[in-house]
Amino acid sequence: MSSLGTKRLGKELANEQVSKSLPPGITLVKADDLQEWLLDIQVLDQNPIYAGETYRLKFRFGKQYPIEPPEVVFTKQENRPIPMHPHIYSNGIICLDLLGSSGWSPVQNVESVCMSIQSMLTGNTKNHRPEGDADFVSTNKARPKDIEFYYHDNEV
Amino acid sequence: MCDICCDDDEGLQSFAMKCGHRYCVNCYRHYLTQKIREEGEAARIQCPAEGCSRIIDARSLDLLVTPELSGRYQELLNRTYVEDKDTLKWCPAPDCENAVECGIKKKELDKVVPTVACACGYRFCFGCILSDHQPAPCELVKRWLKKCADDSETANWISANTKECPKCNSTIEKNGGCNHMTCRKCKHEFCWMCMGLWSEHGTSWYNCNRFEEKSGTDARDAQAKSRVSLERYLHYYNRYANHEQSARLDKDMYTKTEKKMVQLQSASGMSWIEVQYLNSASQALQTCRQTLKWTYAFAFYLARNNLTEIFEDNQKDLELAVENLSEMFEKPIAELADSKLKVDIMDKTSYCNKRRLILLQDTAENLANGMSFKL
Repeated sequence: MSSLGTKRLGKELANEQVSKSLPPGITLVKADDLQEWLLDIQVLDQNPIYAGETYRLKFRFGKQYPIEPPEVVFTKQENRPIPMHPHIYSNGIICLDLLGSSGWSPVQNVESVCMSIQSMLTGNTKNHRPEGDADFVSTNKARPKDIEFYYHDNEV
Repeated sequence: MCDICCDDDEGLQSFAMKCGHRYCVNCYRHYLTQKIREEGEAARIQCPAEGCSRIIDARSLDLLVTPELSGRYQELLNRTYVEDKDTLKWCPAPDCENAVECGIKKKELDKVVPTVACACGYRFCFGCILSDHQPAPCELVKRWLKKCADDSETANWISANTKECPKCNSTIEKNGGCNHMTCRKCKHEFCWMCMGLWSEHGTSWYNCNRFEEKSGTDARDAQAKSRVSLERYLHYYNRYANHEQSARLDKDMYTKTEKKMVQLQSASGMSWIEVQYLNSASQALQTCRQTLKWTYAFAFYLARNNLTEIFEDNQKDLELAVENLSEMFEKPIAELADSKLKVDIMDKTSYCNKRRLILLQDTAENLANGMSFKL
């Protein structure tokens, strides 16, 4: 990782551990190195789709972070399902413009990404997967950031 | 503090455009390098701030990045300029960096074939970027290339290895054995050699010497008819492919010509300018063959009427002229130096060029007047 990325992630980490500044519903689970972090998120209002559940996010930081976006996916574990959402595939890949190179801004950080994903869940009322989920999950081999998402439904 | 690296050292050098989003110079530089080098962006690089749509201007960029990157930026900027403009296209020749301007509109492409010549010498169609395909319009070229890719090999094989049953016209491959054929579909029994009834063959089981019997000739006529469409396609395809191959050989010829010109200069004491006629002849051959090649695709789709005959005459004249010139051109050095042959070659060269222009003028006029094709 470039010195810029190391310095920046170090600062982000210090900020979150020392001041515990993460917003409610978002907790840092693991940040042992500067390559991969795990975070848990919950939806705090009474959205029936997500009530009572906790979801796990995996961040992977490339060499160019924060100039390039990190790779962010949901990972499935016991007690940590993949949330239902028309922009989240059942393998955990998230279709969000913020995470692509055209929607990313280097001013974004781990915290702001988590908040965007949290609010994306909070505002959702559709309890289903994206169109073509089964096909995509069985055939996709590309890294999330290399996928050209086709936004079937821009209202969500 | 810089919001990208979160650095707040004293004396941190920073930069902001008019939008006021200020970041340290180092981060800005990283950001721009990534956009230009990895993402190939130029005209659409925005301020790094989230949601700020301010585009980085060239002057700010020059302040921030190395001259090398700035050069790449200019290159990309030119590229987007050309790509965004309908009247500009990059020359598709390898290593050519020129763009060509042409005012043709998309809807005119069925009436005009907009061949352009780049300063590098490469001639291509502004409509579809393929190399020059006059007189055939783009749509026709697309169909022809697709047909050739789909059919040519299959059609060739069918033509070489199969015959149709004289009774039901099923295509039959003879993959060994004797000449006594029984059609699997209609059970008709016939002789592979003469296509006549097998019952008339008597005892000559493995050899057919009955080529002139009536049943055989009739069957062969019927067969010939069913093959007309296939043969028609192959007729045009073979001529098209032949000129294409010759055009490829022209490339080798060009290098040979250059050598010949040098040899000729030393053998006959001619000056450089005096041997340029060989260069002109070589150029003429290449261009004319390219045109001839496409006249065959053009002719394949052409609906038959009085104009067709004029077209075919023009085509024949050009072909004859080209083959004549080609023959002269391949004479050994000793003969090439002969001043009579030189005059002949020069005459033939200008004749070829003239015939080509006449053919193209004629077809261009007919195209503009709405020529009919059988597609």
